[in-house]
Amino acid sequence: MTAPVLELRNIDKSFGPIDVLHNITLQVKAGEVLCLLGDNGAGKSTLIKTLAGVHQPTRGDILMDGQPVQFSGPRDAAGRGIATVHQFGGTFPLMSIGRSFFVGVEPTKGWGPFKRFDRKTANRIAVEAVQNFGITRIDDGDRLVGGLSGGERQSLAIARAVHFGARVLILDEPTAALGVKQAAHVLRIVNEAKRRGLAVVFITHQVMHAMAVGDHFAVLIRGAIAADFHKGEKTREEISDLMAGGESMADLEAQLGTNATV
Amino acid sequence: MQTARGEAGFSLGTLIRRPETGSLIGFVAVYLFFAALGGAVFIGAPGWSSWLNIAAEVGIIALPVGLLMISGEFDMSVGSIVPASSMTAAILCGYFGFAAPVGIVAALCVGLAIGYVNGILVTRTTIPSLIVTIGMMFAVMGLTLGFAVLIKGSTSVSYVPDPLTKSLLGHFINGMFNVSIIWWIGFVAVFYFLLHISPLGNWIYALGGDRESARSAGIPTDKLTIALFMLSGFNAAFVGVAQVMTYQSAQVAGGQSFIFNSIMCVVIGGVLLTGGAGSVIGIVLGTMTFAVVNQGIFFAALDPNIGSIIIGALLLLAVLSNDKFRALAMSYSKKK
Repeated sequence: MTAPVLELRNIDKSFGPIDVLHNITLQVKAGEVLCLLGDNGAGKSTLIKTLAGVHQPTRGDILMDGQPVQFSGPRDAAGRGIATVHQFGGTFPLMSIGRSFFVGVEPTKGWGPFKRFDRKTANRIAVEAVQNFGITRIDDGDRLVGGLSGGERQSLAIARAVHFGARVLILDEPTAALGVKQAAHVLRIVNEAKRRGLAVVFITHQVMHAMAVGDHFAVLIRGAIAADFHKGEKTREEISDLMAGGESMADLEAQLGTNATV
Repeated sequence: MQTARGEAGFSLGTLIRRPETGSLIGFVAVYLFFAALGGAVFIGAPGWSSWLNIAAEVGIIALPVGLLMISGEFDMSVGSIVPASSMTAAILCGYFGFAAPVGIVAALCVGLAIGYVNGILVTRTTIPSLIVTIGMMFAVMGLTLGFAVLIKGSTSVSYVPDPLTKSLLGHFINGMFNVSIIWWIGFVAVFYFLLHISPLGNWIYALGGDRESARSAGIPTDKLTIALFMLSGFNAAFVGVAQVMTYQSAQVAGGQSFIFNSIMCVVIGGVLLTGGAGSVIGIVLGTMTFAVVNQGIFFAALDPNIGSIIIGALLLLAVLSNDKFRALAMSYSKKK
């Protein structure tokens, strides 16, 4: 059995006297989608930031390919192939697709102080990378990122991460702000990334989206793993109930006086 | 030119969606307005020289101020760097009798140093650059006055430059066109290269678009910010030096007009106040528009107060139309 690409062992994280994460143990293998489910405030963001090297764990180990690692910062984690894509794609709305794709690693022509940004090459590679993920509507690298739909922006950010050699893709609520069609778009991209052998950590609180792509699920409640199971082991209702903190969704709805079958 | 794209070719649709188009329309409209009122003198060489002289002075400062704004920062300290540098040059050369190059280099270093301190304060603290540079403006103003009184005992120092320095920095070509117009054109070329051709330009846009994402993409954001502040310090100091060589004296006061004028030129030129968008061509057009209004008032024999009203209205119109053109640019896609 191959070692998981990324593994957390007994991770605790506290900020001063406040404990945010308790005893988190998780692993994600290449070609697998780990869905991290949890309500607001469950500690998802802290967990992501720990994975991405923003926070150092207070206790516990992070392992990559079975070897213990310590991230000195987000750039270190990124250098080891951990890419985080945020809700709005982490891209620059007023930059062109080609330009934003290559921010920080611009292709150039010429030499010395007269290096020129190679717009054509940048545009071509960016458009190819996105189209390879099945987003054929993007065909002009000069278009501004802000003119893309939310789903296309996410896809662009994911394609960018993959192009630059990411091995672990952390997707922070990529579908939260999207409509049904756009979300389906992004989920297809997630599947494509998985097919290419990336390890994907997919953070969401939409159970439907998680079930559509997930192989492995972890539910986070108040900073601890409340459940850890594989595809097909639990129903949608059971997962929803878990996320609501053990109270059943039906009870919650009753409290609110709403009807579940609106 | 960028409009002549290889594959897209020239088309009205592409032109309309260029971010500079609003600025271009504004400039043409303003120029036609004052040409109609100002008559032959304004259209002829005297008119062109008078507004180009103004445009060159403010334009040299507006370029780096614009780059800073694109990167998401303001620089208000330029207004006090101009007199500080001209005072440095005048005291060193006019009072102590050093050769012109010594005074020029020292004055430019004053500008670079002030820019460096601005950059350090902005990147190391959480104080917004608007406040940092306003504070710096007052501090530099006070220091300039203090040193001038301490050394010279007065608030103005005169200096008669040697012919070579005069011809390079303070000469009027044909008795009308200030040589700084040529310097301005040179600076435009350099800044155009920086922002639109070199990879550095991409970093500046990224910085203004989203500082955090830019940093995590590996861009040395702090160094870049400090460098941009030093650039604006340098250019403001350059204008200060050119003023000494042109008018043969340096005043402690004066230069405050550059603060708002440079920002106005940049905003009329379509640079987004919150950063992330703008272009050098736009800044140049904005500067020219500003200068035409500024000088056109006199040629048109209008009340100077009306000039202020026009500039104010222009600023509002510019921001409105820039938003419109930006929305158009967002929705732009290549026709199939």
